[in-house]
This record gives sequence, C-alpha cells and structure tokens, in this order.
Amino acid sequence: MDLIRIRNVEKKYKNGVTAIYDLSLAIEKGAFVFVIGGSGSGKSTLIKMLYREEKPTQGQIIVGGLDVAKLKNKKVYKLRRKLGIVFQDYRLLMKQTVYENVAFALEVIGAPKDEIRQKVLKALEDVGLKNKIHNYPEQLSGGEQQRVAIARAIVNDPKLLLCDEPTGNLDPEKSMEIMQVLDDINKNRGTTIIMATHDKEIVNRMKKQVITLKDGHLVNFKKKGTYNNEAV
Amino acid sequence: MKLFRMLGRSIRDAFKSVIRNFSLSLASISCITITLIIVAVAIIASLNVQNFTKEIEKDLTIVVFLDTDATDKDVEDVTEKIKKIQNIESYTFKDKVEVKEQMQLESDVFNAVLENWDVEESPLKHTFQIKVKEVEKISETATKLKSIDKISVVRYGEGMVDKLINAFSSIEKVTYGIVIALIVVTIFLIINTIKLTIDARKRAIGIMRLVGASNFTIRTPFIIEGMVLGLLGSIIPVIFTTYGYLAFYEHFNGYLFTKLIRLIEPEPFIYTTSLIVVGIGIMVGMIGSASAVKRYLKV
Repeated sequence: MDLIRIRNVEKKYKNGVTAIYDLSLAIEKGAFVFVIGGSGSGKSTLIKMLYREEKPTQGQIIVGGLDVAKLKNKKVYKLRRKLGIVFQDYRLLMKQTVYENVAFALEVIGAPKDEIRQKVLKALEDVGLKNKIHNYPEQLSGGEQQRVAIARAIVNDPKLLLCDEPTGNLDPEKSMEIMQVLDDINKNRGTTIIMATHDKEIVNRMKKQVITLKDGHLVNFKKKGTYNNEAV
Repeated sequence: MKLFRMLGRSIRDAFKSVIRNFSLSLASISCITITLIIVAVAIIASLNVQNFTKEIEKDLTIVVFLDTDATDKDVEDVTEKIKKIQNIESYTFKDKVEVKEQMQLESDVFNAVLENWDVEESPLKHTFQIKVKEVEKISETATKLKSIDKISVVRYGEGMVDKLINAFSSIEKVTYGIVIALIVVTIFLIINTIKLTIDARKRAIGIMRLVGASNFTIRTPFIIEGMVLGLLGSIIPVIFTTYGYLAFYEHFNGYLFTKLIRLIEPEPFIYTTSLIVVGIGIMVGMIGSASAVKRYLKV
C-alpha cells in the first residue's frame, strides 16, 4: 500500500523560482527511499512539502491518508504527529539532557509520564545511546547528537521518517553509523524512511530506492538505485 | 487528564519564564501596577459620581404653580395635559389648602402669618410636583409644561443642576480617556515582554512545531505568562484600592464636602472594585501576550 501519493505537484516560490515541476510519484509503506540531486534540484522542497513546511502551488500530496496540501495551518500538528523529521543541524535543545530532548516530543503532545519514560528509553536504545541519557548535547559527538535527534523523531512511533541531509555534517565513518541506525529503524520498526542526500557513497552502498531530481524535474525513480552522475 | 497535564506544564513554563526574564517582567508589572492604580481611582471616582448623580436625580422634582385664579375645571385640564407629556414619571397635586398646611408645618413664622388667611384671599397657588423619567431631558420637559395654559411658573433648580451634571459627565469622559490610553500603553509593553521571552524560546518553539505540538499547546504558556504578569501587577493596586478607599471614607465620614455628596459605603464596594481591577489586569496581560504570540508564531 502507498503511504505517500504525490500527484502533479508544482511548487513555485513567491520570488518566482519554481522548485518542483509537475511531480507525480508514490512511495509504499515500509520503503527506504533516497532523494538525490544537486543543489537547487528541489529535493529539500520535496521533503518540506511532505511535512507541510511548504505548500505545493498545484497538485495533491497525500501522506498517510492526510491531504497535506489542503491541511490548514491550525491542523498541521496532526500531520507532524504521524511523522518524524531529522535535519542536518540536529536541532536539539542545548540546555536539556539527552533524555529531556527526546521526552520533549512526547511532553508537548500531552503524553503521560510513564509512557514517556518507556518510549524514550526504547528510542534511545534503538539508536544506541542508552548509556548517555543524562548527558547534555554539548558533551556528545556530532554523530551522537544526530542519533539523539533520530531518537526524538522516532519516539512517537511515526509511520514516516523524513531526513533532510542527516549526514551532511558528519565524516564518512559517522555517516555510515547513522545509516546503520536508520536502516535498523526501517527494518525493525517498519518505519518508511525518505532521505534527501547528496552523498554518493551512502546511496551506492545502501542499495535502496532512489528518486533523482534535476532542476525540479523527476529524472528517475529506481527500485535499487545508485547515484548516477550523468542524471544529476 | 491530558488537558490538566498540559495546563500544568504550561503554568510551570510560564512562571519559569517570568523569573528568567525578571527585569523585563518587572518593567511590565510596574507598568500594569501604575495603570491599574489609575484605573482603580477612575473606577472609584466614576462609580461615586454615578451613585451621587442618581441620588440627586431621585430627588429632582419640577414644581409647577398654576395661576392664582385657576378654577377646579382648569386644574382638571392641566392634569390631563401633564399626563400626556412622555417624560413624566409621576406627579402629585396639592391645592391651596394643602400647600398652606404644609407651609404651616414647615415653620412657625409661616404658621403665624398664614393662620389668618382663609382660602379665598390666599395668595398661594395650586401646585403640581412632578418627577421625570430622564433627568437629561428635564429642561425640555419644563418648557413643555410652561406652555400649558394656566400654568404660571415652572421651577426645577435649573442652573445648578445642569452645571453639576455637565461637570461630572465631562470628568468621567476625561478619566475614561486616560484609562484607555494607559491600558493601550501597557498592552504594548506586555507585547514586547512576551516577544522577548518568545525570542529566547524560538528554538524550542520550532522543535515543538516539528514534533506536532498543537498551536494551543505552544500558545498557552505565553498567554498564561501574560496573565501572571497582569495578576502580579494588580496586587499593589488592590491593596491601594481597599485601604485607600477605607481611609478616604473614614476621613470624610462618608460625605464629600457637603451632605449633598454621599460616598458609596466601602463594603462591598471595595471588593467589587478590587475584583474589577484584578480582572482588568489579567485581561490586559492576556490580550498583550495573545497578540504577541499571534504575530510571532504565525498561527
């Protein structure tokens, strides 16, 4: 079954730049999909439209049964509760511990304390940081900070995990660690993962589905793709 | 359950924020305090003025004297015509004899002089005492009465009453103007305070958005913070109102300058006034923070 269905989507920014032209595709539940393309190819815009940070100017986006384009600002939280998001810059609260950072995601949606504790510990275990729950982000390496961010993104058991260049700030070794964590989440939790990246190495090694964008056009959607230089 | 939990967290965050941005919070609180003191004075003054205008209005009567030669038939005619005037609440008629008796009761001198006059040669006139519905239209009503045949004189203490009512209503307007201006200034100050606390927590708000906090959840701590500022700002004004008015009332023994102006009794007046002051404080805080949040969170 398809978790995401995108139909004839176009995104034109207010400054006149068109980031996405007439994009149609479907992503099935449990998939692991890379979105690749050079800068300005529209991959970030695509991710942003999936969590309704940006609205498509035309077309339809369905995520987990929600019509994202028609979602009112007030109701965006309903979508956000169904998905987790990971960024290049981690976006952690520096004055709070690892545990508190992950728990924050459940606190703001009003979860009871016992449930928070149980889910936070499970998520931190999944990313391999159970021994660092009382540390502050500053005391962790970049890779570890990103794993905290991933734990926060999955703590709510989302169906979909969106990653916008999650390894952009990390060296190749740490990047592969992160990929391992994401792969485990995809396999063990069944979470659908969509990851925008421009890291060839990762894409070629992981052998996952690949969406290739160029200048806002869909070039390719391969089941077991590699990073093709010519296409980009 | 969930709502209480969220509310608890919001209140905790609000107090944290007030303490964390203490100097700015203090500025807002002082501004609210000053505003509310003036608001309290204005409320006390205007309610007292209202109270006392009403008292005067209650006592305000138009006295109508008929011509000395008015017959019983004339009296009947005049009565009919008075009934037709809309602004008239009630009237009482006193004929010459009654007027004489009343005057005799009022003073010994009158008693001695009037005793020897019989009805025929009495210079006294039949009178109507008339109460009006709306005091503002009293002069209009008086003019209408004056135009009725056989009515010779109409009296209602015109000059003094008009001036008094005018003076008080303009005082009221001025105080309302000042109060509104002060409230607006205070709201702007609160908007700025809350904006700063929002700035400090922008990162957290961004993350809250990402992980699916509803606008309600994001907004509530800031609105509660505004209400807390309002509440803290109303403490001194409430004390001021309560004890200030009590002292004022005692000092003047319940009357201002003359027996004509009676002050409102302190209880329960000071309690309701305090409640209004606290209410305004909280409202101002809430409005200020709500509009600050609205602008900043693009909700």
